[in-house]
Formats: sequence, C-alpha cells, structure tokens
Amino acid sequence: MTLLRTKGLSRHFDGLKAVDGVDFALDPGEIRAIIGPNGAGKSTFVSLLSGRIKPSAGQVFFEDRDVTGMPAHKRVRMGIAYTFQITNIYGAMTVLENIAIAAQNRLRPHLFSRKPVSEVEIARAATKAAQEVGLGDLLYETAGTLAYGHQRLLEVAMGLALQPKLLILDEPTQGLSDSEIENFQEVVRRVAQSATVLLIEHNMDVVMALADRITVLDNGRVLAEGSPGEIVHNDAVQAAYLGAPA
Amino acid sequence: MTLHNGKLLALCVVTVIVLFGLQFVLPPYLTLALTRILILSVFAMGYNMLMGYTGLLSLGHAMFFAAGLYAAGLSTYYWGVTLPVAFVLGIVGAFAVSLVIGLLALRTQAVSFMIVTLMFAQAGYLMTLQFTNITGGDQGLTLPTDARSFGLFGMVVDMTSDTARFNLALLIFTVVLAVLFAITQGPLGRLFVAVRENEPRTQMLGFDTYAIKLTAFTVSGTISGTAGALYGLMFGYIGSSFAGFQNSIEALLYTLIGGPGTLLGPLLGTAVMTMLIDRLSGITTAYLIVIGVLLIVVNLWFPKGILGTIRDRWLGWLK
Amino acid sequence: MMDLAPYLLLAGLEGLVMASVLMLTALGLSLVFGVMRVVNVAHGEFYMLGAVGAWACAQFVPGHPALAFCVALVVAPLLVGVLAYLADWAILKRINYDPEGTIVSTIGMLYIIQQLTLMSFGPDARAVDAPFYYTIRTPWFGYSSYKLFTVVMALVLVAGLWVMLKRSKWGLVMRATQFDRETAQNFGIPVNRVYSIVFAIGAMLAAIGGVLVVPNQQAHYLMGGDPLLLSFVVVIVGGLGSIPGTIAAAILIGMSDGLLSVFFSPTAAKIFSTLLVAFVLVFKPEGLFGRSNRV
Ligand SMILES: Nc1ncnc2c1ncn2[C@@H]1O[C@H](COP(=O)(O)OP(=O)(O)O)[C@@H](O)[C@H]1O
Ligand SMILES: [Mg+2]
Repeated sequence: MTLLRTKGLSRHFDGLKAVDGVDFALDPGEIRAIIGPNGAGKSTFVSLLSGRIKPSAGQVFFEDRDVTGMPAHKRVRMGIAYTFQITNIYGAMTVLENIAIAAQNRLRPHLFSRKPVSEVEIARAATKAAQEVGLGDLLYETAGTLAYGHQRLLEVAMGLALQPKLLILDEPTQGLSDSEIENFQEVVRRVAQSATVLLIEHNMDVVMALADRITVLDNGRVLAEGSPGEIVHNDAVQAAYLGAPA
Repeated sequence: MTLHNGKLLALCVVTVIVLFGLQFVLPPYLTLALTRILILSVFAMGYNMLMGYTGLLSLGHAMFFAAGLYAAGLSTYYWGVTLPVAFVLGIVGAFAVSLVIGLLALRTQAVSFMIVTLMFAQAGYLMTLQFTNITGGDQGLTLPTDARSFGLFGMVVDMTSDTARFNLALLIFTVVLAVLFAITQGPLGRLFVAVRENEPRTQMLGFDTYAIKLTAFTVSGTISGTAGALYGLMFGYIGSSFAGFQNSIEALLYTLIGGPGTLLGPLLGTAVMTMLIDRLSGITTAYLIVIGVLLIVVNLWFPKGILGTIRDRWLGWLK
Repeated sequence: MMDLAPYLLLAGLEGLVMASVLMLTALGLSLVFGVMRVVNVAHGEFYMLGAVGAWACAQFVPGHPALAFCVALVVAPLLVGVLAYLADWAILKRINYDPEGTIVSTIGMLYIIQQLTLMSFGPDARAVDAPFYYTIRTPWFGYSSYKLFTVVMALVLVAGLWVMLKRSKWGLVMRATQFDRETAQNFGIPVNRVYSIVFAIGAMLAAIGGVLVVPNQQAHYLMGGDPLLLSFVVVIVGGLGSIPGTIAAAILIGMSDGLLSVFFSPTAAKIFSTLLVAFVLVFKPEGLFGRSNRV
C-alpha cells in the first residue's frame, strides 16, 4: 500500500506551470527527499499535498482516499503535517504555547470534545516535542525572539507534536549551522521510526545522509526518481540540476 | 480540572469581593453608577472576547446588546412573561442573532468584516425605528410596574431597589467573569489567541478556524446580549439608542482603554470611561468629542490599553 | 399613460441630481480606497463641512448669492482638503495606514468634526440661497435650473478627474502607487506625499458634493450620515476602488434611492441599502460591477 499518491497533479499561476502533471507515490516509513533547482515547483507541490493550495488539475490520495477537495485542516487531522519554508510561528507566544497549540489538536480533536484532556497533559506533550528537537531549555522564551535556527526547530517541533503519519519539511536546514544540522538529522531519523518523512532539501549532504529515495523536480515535472546512488549517476539530473556535463 | 493561572483567578476573586464590599461604603448614587458599570462591562467583556482575544474587530456589537434588550424587554412587555424567563429569552435571542450574523460576517476578513458588522448593526438599528409601533422606536418603551419585580425561591426581588439591582448585576457579572475565565485561560481560549496571532498557521495545525471564529463570535454576541437583557429589565426601559452605532463604539472604546485581550480590562475601561463621561456631560453636551479624541489617541499611542500595557511590562499572567 | 409621464420625468430628474452629487462623493471614497487601501469613515463629515462652509461663505460674502457660491466652491473644498491633509499627516501616517486602525481613527475624526461643528455652527439646519433661480418650464411643471447645473458641474468634475487620473503625470503616479506601493517607492515616487494628497482630494470631492447640494438641502451638523452610507453602497456595489464601477453604481443607486424612498419609507430604503452593502461584501466581495478586487 502507498501512503500518499498523486495523479496528474498540476497547479498553474496565470499561465506559469508551477506544478505540471506530477504522478508521485510515497511508501509508508520511507524518508523521501525532493530536490530540484529554485523555482522547480517543490514548495508548490508539497503545498498541494497539504491542501494549503488548491490544484488546477489532478488528484491527491492519502491512504487510498481521495483528499483532493478536502480542506487543509482535515488533512492535518488525517495525519499530514506541514512545516513552512518561511518560518511561520506564533511570534508573540512562548515556545511551549506554540507547541501546545499543535499538541492540542491531537489530544482534543473537537472543539467540544466530551473528554477534554487537561492543560497538564497538553503541556506534557508539548514539552516532550520540544525536548525531541532540543528546545527543552527554551520553553518559556518568546518564540519571536529566538535565534533563526531555533525558530526552524520550533517549526519541526510543532509538526512532531501533531504525531503525524506524514511529516512534510520544506527546506528545514536552510540557515542552520553545521552543528544544528547534525542535531536536525538525528531528529529526522528518530521521527522516521514512526512516521513517513517528505523532505525538500537543498543541502545534498543532508539528502544523501537521510533519504531512502529521491525525487527530482524540474520545471514542475518529475525529472527522475530513484535511490541516492541512482540519482547521483543519472545523466539527465547531472545535466539539469547538478550542472555537470552529461 | 487543574488550576492554571491561579494568580489571575485570585485577582478575579479579590475584585468580586471588593465590588461586593463597595455597596456598604459608597453613597447610593455611586452604587447605582456602579450597577451600570457592571452591566456595561459585561457588554464590553463580551466584545473583548471577539476583539481582544480573537482579534476580530466588530463595529456592530450594539446589535447583540439590543437583541438581548429587545428579546427580553418585548417579551415581558407584550406577553407578560416573568423577569427570569424574559432574561433567558434575551440570552437566547442574542445567541440566535449572533450565530446567524457570525455565519455570514465571518466569510469576510479585516476591513470587510468591520463594514459588514457595521452594516448589519445599522440595519438592526433602523429596523427598531421602522417598526416603531412595536418597539416604541426612539421614544422607547417603559416596562409596566408588574414587570419590575419577580419572585425567586419565595423572595420578591424588586427591580426598583438599588440594593437588589446592584447585587443582581454583581451576580451576573461574576457568573460571566467565571465563564470567561474558564474559556480564555483554557484550550479554547488558546485557539482564539492562535487565530488572532496567525490564522493560516492555525489552519495548518489542523484547526477549522472558521469554526473557532464562529464560536468566539457567538459566545461574544451572547454575552453582549446578556448585558442588554439585564440592562433593559433592570432599568425597565428599552429604546432604539441601545441599538445605535454609538453603543457599538462605546464597547470598543471601553475595551481599548481597559486592555484588549485581558480578562479584567473591560471592567476597568468601562469604569474609567463611564466616570469620565459622567463628569464631562455635566460640563458640555459635546462629550462625544472626548470619545472621538480617545479613539484616535488610544489607537496612536496606547493600543494595549491599561491592563495590556501592565501585562506586557510587568505581569505576564494578566491576560 | 400620458399622466404618468410627468411623474416619471420629475422622478428621473431628481434621481439624476441625486446621482451626480453621489457620484462625486462616492468617487472620493473610492479614490482613497483604491490608492491607499483604507476606508475613511469620516468621509460624510467632509461632505457636511463642505455644506456648512457654503453656508458660512453665504454669510460672509456680500452681494449676489452667485458670488458667495463661487467663493464657496473654491474655498470650502480647499479648507476641507487642508484639514484632510493634516489629519492624514497627524494620524493616518503615524499608524502606517493600518486598515483597521484607520477605520477606528476615522470614526474618532467623525465624532470630533461633528461635535466641533455642533459647538460652532449649532444644532439647527440652515438654508443657503441658490446662485440663480431661473426655472425651466416643462409642459407640466417648472424645474430648478440650479439642479440641472449641479448635474453638469458634477459631470464636468468627474470628467476632469478622469482625465487627470488617466492622462496626467499625477494620475500615473497615483496609479503606480495603487498598483504596488513598494515598487513605486523604489522608483522614487514620494508615496507618503501621494497618500496625503489623495486623502485630501478624496475629502475635497466630498466637500464639493456638500457645496453643490446645500442650495437644495439645508446644512446640518448630522447631514454626513446619509451620503456616507450611500457612498458605501455605491463603492461596494461598484467594486471597491474601481472608478467606472463607482460611476455606474452611483447612477444606479442615485436613481433608485429616490424611487425606493417614495414607494417605501426612507427608513426602509436605508435598511435595504445597509443590507445590500453587507450581503455584497459577504457573497460578492468584488462588487456587482467591479473586477476581482478584494478588500
Ligand atoms: N502564489 C504564487 N503566485 C504566483 N506564482 C507563484 C506562486 N507561488 C509560486 N509561484 C511560482 O511557481 C514557481 C514554483 O515556485 P516554488 O514552488 O516556490 O518553487 P521551489 O520551492 O521549487 O523553489 C516559481 O516560478 C514561483 O515564482
Ligand atoms: Mg521552495
């Protein structure tokens, strides 16, 4: 069974084909990297998966269910978590509160749930997610005042607190220091034990270290797909993306 | 339920006790003024739920105040229902109106939302004038004497007695304060603030933000209507002016002055403003000019209000 | 049928007069929204100030009423324009044209202008003489030539505004600012000054509407409410910020408002207007005539 599948997925912006007829499949448990030059349509593609953007054509299936018309918040409930490429957190709130909002979704699925969990449980779940990404010491800091790298980690922690089946990370290591990247790779490996990870990444070292398979996007289309070894030696990829002569 | 934000809870308890004690030291006319302040601050607390916590700036809350006022007042005036029943009908009326208006208005955002709430409220106000034969229009209706008291557990509560009015107002105020404490300091309140701070993000954390906003809107309108019902029944008068634009603006101003998004801000803002307006209306008929100046000044230099400023500078738990 | 014609003609003429003043006033609101993306709730008060200014000119300028009228037509809008320019500089610029903050601030301005007028001008409605009284004869009734002059004036002004927006350098600057504030700034357009001037022009258009209307309708400190509401209707039905849409809507609303008030009560007509604004914004935010142009 595939976890997630797309059929002819497309999104046009006034004639610009940002995503153009992509057929894509993701198996449960894998770490998949999406690479491609700037403007290839990677962010748009994962936004279509998460429901943040509506497709111009094509379909998205999650666990063999057609979720194309489903609003984003319901997809999150089904287990698709999305972290933004441009950090998007609650700047005025503390780290703990930021993650608590995410944790609350899982613990209290409806606004008027009959069995509401207590604030203590929400706080405990949020603290755990913070510790997993290494933000355990910064729980009461105001999120907007954190260093950039920490804000990126907070994004990831919010994704983790949802305990998703699929975690989509859009360029999570952008702007992180080497040691932070090390730490981040640890986090992703741990997450991957319980969730499928879809990772957009520019840093090829990270991709090579983490990915089970790689999909290459170019001009909104899938250029190639395969294991890291296959992709590195793929001529078309070399030509289009890695810049080496074919 | 576990206790959280115990400091704020303690402050609320102290506030209620102090308010209760005030009736024994204040001269009667100030007790009466305080009764009005309590009811109007319930109105502002309802407003604050939407504007302060959820970040949705309505320009039409007079519509909900008036819905409560008219539903309660007209049902006792025409059908002779007892005051407690009329009060409940007022709350139900405000709930229904705020649910319907919320369903519509929340399809819009920001500036459109402000204009839509303004226009619906204006339509409501004009309707109270259009149907003057029922509502009494500008002149209003004075409730008959037998609608000025009610029996409760064998006691007769007289709405012309200052003491009875004050304590009843304080009781309702306390209940609303408790409800709002439970909402704002818990998970639901966190979602309201999440929508205010970053709605798209909240959506991507799996929340139906329309439903959250509708909840906030309806709670807010219902509480404002509760204040309206109480006001009408307690002072025995219902009239169009309560549905007017100025009433909406006063709720906004009380909230702005006291501190949007703080639980006790509306009480403080209402107290400060009603005292100020009472003083000024003795001096000049044009006290509205003060409202105008304050709207601008607060917006320019004091957008967090009194308690909001204190919260940001010193007491983080004051929310 | 024959005896219905005079009524229709009269209603049509009255509607046309109404529509032309409304067109000017609504264009002011629309221009401000279009370029600055803010809603000016005090717009009706600028209209009222125009009317009160015309009354003041009539008091202080001796001689023929036409002279006072001509002075008013220049002086009142200019003073209102200066006032609006100052308000923009003192208030709106400082809150960085935050859309919600601007609405709250202009509500404050509304109260201040209204109350200051009440304190100086007083609570009474006051009439102003028309500049000329020539009556145009039709087979059925006489009609004030001044009212028709209003229509012509409004058309001339709107045409002038149109030419300025589409042809002049100033219009280009405004359209550039409207299109993209950041880019305009980068191209050396003094965006801040453009905003102040646009806000002033918007207010002046309302003030001219007030000057033109006051020989037909008495000046009063609360007279700004109705034109504000109707301008809202026009601007929102016509599509926020769309000038052709605004003009089309002004004619439609101006012509129909009179009829609605005849068949129903004026209050019912206003209920209809307010609900129309609300429902258009809820269900068709780009306006009934406009392009997609969300708030
Ligand atoms: N909201 C949008 N409106 C118009 N064009 C867009 C929008 N979002 C993305 N694009 C365009 O779509 C293309 C793909 O963008 P994106 O998905 O962000 O690429 P990537 O993430 O691979 O760098 C780019 O040319 C970008 O300019
Ligand atoms: Mg991208």
